[in-house]
Amino acid sequence: MSLILSVAIIVFIFVVIFQIAKASEYVSILKGEEASRQQNNKINGFLMIAFLVLGFVGIYVCNKAYYGKTQLAQGAASIQGEKVDQMLFVTLIITGIVFVITQVLLFWFAYKYQEDKNRKVFFFAHSTKLELIWTAIPAIALTILVVFGLRNWFFFTGEPPKNANVIEVTGKQFGWIFRYPGKDAIFGKKYYKNIDPATNAVGIIWDDKYAQDDIQTEQTMYVVKGQPVKLIIGSRDVIHDVGLTHFRLKMDAVPGIPTTMWFTPIYTTKEMREKTGNPNFAYEISCDQMCGNGHYSMKGVIEVVDQEEYDLWLAKQKPQYFTAFPDKDPSAVPVKADSTVKATAAKM
Amino acid sequence: MSHEAVLHGHDSHGHDEHGHHEHHDTFLTKYVFSQDHKMIAKQFLITGMVWAVLGGLMSVLFRLQLGYPDASFPWLESLLGKWAKGGQITPEAYYALVTTHGTVLVFFVLTAGLSGTFANFLIPLQVGARDMASPFMNMLSYWFFFTASVIMLSSLFVETGPFSGGWTAYPPLSALHDASPGSKTGMDLWIISMALFVVSSLLGGLNYIATILNMRTKGMSMTRLPLTIWALFFTAVLGVLSFPVLLSGMILLIFDRNFGTSFYLSDIYVNGVGALSNEGGSAILFQHLFWFLGHPEVYIILLPAMGMVSEIMSVNSRKPIFGYMAMLGSLFAIAILAFLVWAHHMFVTGLNPFLGSVFVLLTLLIAVPSAIKVFNWLTTLWRGNIRFTPGMLFAIGFVSLFISGGLTGIWLGNAALDIYLHDSYFVVAHFHIVMGVASMFGMFAGVYHWFPKMYGRYLNNSLGYIHFWVTIAGAYLIFWPMHYQGLAGMPRRYFDFSIWESFKQFAELNRFISTVAMIVFATQILFLINFFYSIFKGRKVTVLNPWEANTLEWTTPINPGHGNWPGEIPEVHRWPYDYGKDGHDFIPQTTPVGADETGTH
Repeated sequence: MSLILSVAIIVFIFVVIFQIAKASEYVSILKGEEASRQQNNKINGFLMIAFLVLGFVGIYVCNKAYYGKTQLAQGAASIQGEKVDQMLFVTLIITGIVFVITQVLLFWFAYKYQEDKNRKVFFFAHSTKLELIWTAIPAIALTILVVFGLRNWFFFTGEPPKNANVIEVTGKQFGWIFRYPGKDAIFGKKYYKNIDPATNAVGIIWDDKYAQDDIQTEQTMYVVKGQPVKLIIGSRDVIHDVGLTHFRLKMDAVPGIPTTMWFTPIYTTKEMREKTGNPNFAYEISCDQMCGNGHYSMKGVIEVVDQEEYDLWLAKQKPQYFTAFPDKDPSAVPVKADSTVKATAAKM
Repeated sequence: MSHEAVLHGHDSHGHDEHGHHEHHDTFLTKYVFSQDHKMIAKQFLITGMVWAVLGGLMSVLFRLQLGYPDASFPWLESLLGKWAKGGQITPEAYYALVTTHGTVLVFFVLTAGLSGTFANFLIPLQVGARDMASPFMNMLSYWFFFTASVIMLSSLFVETGPFSGGWTAYPPLSALHDASPGSKTGMDLWIISMALFVVSSLLGGLNYIATILNMRTKGMSMTRLPLTIWALFFTAVLGVLSFPVLLSGMILLIFDRNFGTSFYLSDIYVNGVGALSNEGGSAILFQHLFWFLGHPEVYIILLPAMGMVSEIMSVNSRKPIFGYMAMLGSLFAIAILAFLVWAHHMFVTGLNPFLGSVFVLLTLLIAVPSAIKVFNWLTTLWRGNIRFTPGMLFAIGFVSLFISGGLTGIWLGNAALDIYLHDSYFVVAHFHIVMGVASMFGMFAGVYHWFPKMYGRYLNNSLGYIHFWVTIAGAYLIFWPMHYQGLAGMPRRYFDFSIWESFKQFAELNRFISTVAMIVFATQILFLINFFYSIFKGRKVTVLNPWEANTLEWTTPINPGHGNWPGEIPEVHRWPYDYGKDGHDFIPQTTPVGADETGTH
């Protein structure tokens, strides 16, 4: 019912607007083309300047309302992020100046030079000097931005410091799997045909001697505050993207082609909760590459903790090998024969 | 009329026959399988408008979900059936809508609808030709587009739904039937439709190039061409060189989907299916092929708008376009650079960082010709005598939007910032402003300006003014705040943000944006009413040259027949921008240069 009513109201409004527009057309014919053009010029010239002024008021209001909700207000949580934010502000200032100057000129000229019978148009077809000026100035401004940007780019994409923790991240529809290399600090090899969703989500080759101490978790990744961490990123089905908003980084997860990204977190999750005043704050990993119907819910979490807490957490983790083969787990109660059979069956 | 006669239109005998032979036309040859470039232009325009309405309606539907994620609208279920169970759009439907909206707006509206319409309409009229180089091929171009449209439309009705993996169609998502319901039959139809669309673009593009190069009237040297024609020329060159690459990418995709090849596939385990046998392919290869078209495509969309804005702005400022050669040079520079920047869409795919740095440099370089264009437009307004026709308003609006959206391109083109902003709402805001809305404004400007030539009637001015002011205000209200969402890292293509601690703070803003989107969409309906009403009932054009413009199309009769000029094609003596010269308000291109005239450009 309300739908019919709202459609009726809209149609009614349309009809009214349309009739007014038709009427004004008749009026303008009566007035003559010259006179009605003059009137239209006046109205639209005024609207030009009004739009400019209201536009800037709008920008101010919008900024006041929403700046506080952006990441910029919160501050970056990694050393990379701080560089990104710094660059954002420099870029904002440079493009902001250009924005204000050009928009003001555009609408001001439109207002100022609206048709006037007495004005003689200035026949001005070109000026090499002017054109050179506005080729050179943008070129210089852009050079600054490029140099600044590329220094950061090579830092972000360069090699991480030697002491970096290495973690493997694998995307799947629709979740994240994290693997730590374990005590030997080397990942066991993997092959996608070994994947078994229950016990071997990334397809580790168990025969590899480096594989047996690898630790695997889902959805939550632990990293240490102040310590660089290098992610080796992959996907087991479609392209995903590890989006780390708070660290200001992201990198695609591509099946068959590993990618890498590194960063150094500078606040623990707890510190961020205090800093933002949000007790539910979490370093969320968002999937930033369209990956299917569950794309919007493909969430992971990074817990940034200090070294002590990290060690405690790590000590509690059991290598994935023992999940796949519970009978090999020395800490486990001796297993009954049938569960061994199960694990082997699952492996096959 | 035979092709021969079209080519030799100056032969007045052949041409008289031509002007008066309308009684030979049946409804079918005049309105359906027409070979008249003006009719084909109208066919492109109206098909494009149908798609614009459908694409816009889709955006309203998914904005409904984004603005009111918890609400239920029973009428949605009556409209969409199982795609909106319980009155709420499902994720599948949401992604299908987003994907189709993107595909349709980029290709069917802003490529076919924009350059298809105006290249067809303006090239012969403004270069002084009776028709395109090959009217038959031109007709084929439309009918390939029409077939592509029908197939795309039919994909909306297959049981598993239309393709839903985003308009960029990245494999493996688009290559694996089991990765998403939209990747089943819907995707096959999507590819076939796109392949036909590419054929249409190529047929059209070759024709445009051939016509511009070979069929200019006497005296119409290349540097006497209006900037519209130059822009359409570069657009056609871009299309002809880049669309085949997309086609090849699509063909490989068909093979991967249906014939077991592994061009894009490697090391894949699909939930519920198991490990696939494909090995050794590269999913990134598709992105290279796609963006090698995809980026020039942005300029295929933008350049015609730029050309028309230059022309309309000069006419209505009563002043020559400032820096004709610089405008031309910057169009050329943009066209060249368009081919050298595609990987800036791929900064976060694991691209070699050095390669990335080259693409940063080349990408930001585009800002230079863009800046030249903006400053030249501003100088064109300066000390002019501006008439605010609706076309002129949209041209000014175009420049404003091009500045706003172009400047954020400098943010995104810098890889070190893109690594943060990529695929966030910042990108959505950027490309909608600079490519979507700005080009739409160029298209509107063109429609308002050339409608009297197309139909011999005027559009209603007042409705045009309402249309402009609501649309530009609405465009900024919708897309400006999205920059803030992007700066919060809010990813695009999310069905629902409520589970995200980092992004859910914008619920209220999303509602606001959705509301404005609906109002703006309703205003476009107002334009449609104006358009179709005016075709039949609009105020009649009574003078040959209603805008007092210099270009050749205004020397044709008010309702030109097939062949455009009843007499000989006029000869051209000057460039098209002699406005306000030597005390004359305007001097048409057909006026010989006077003895006492000051030097021309």
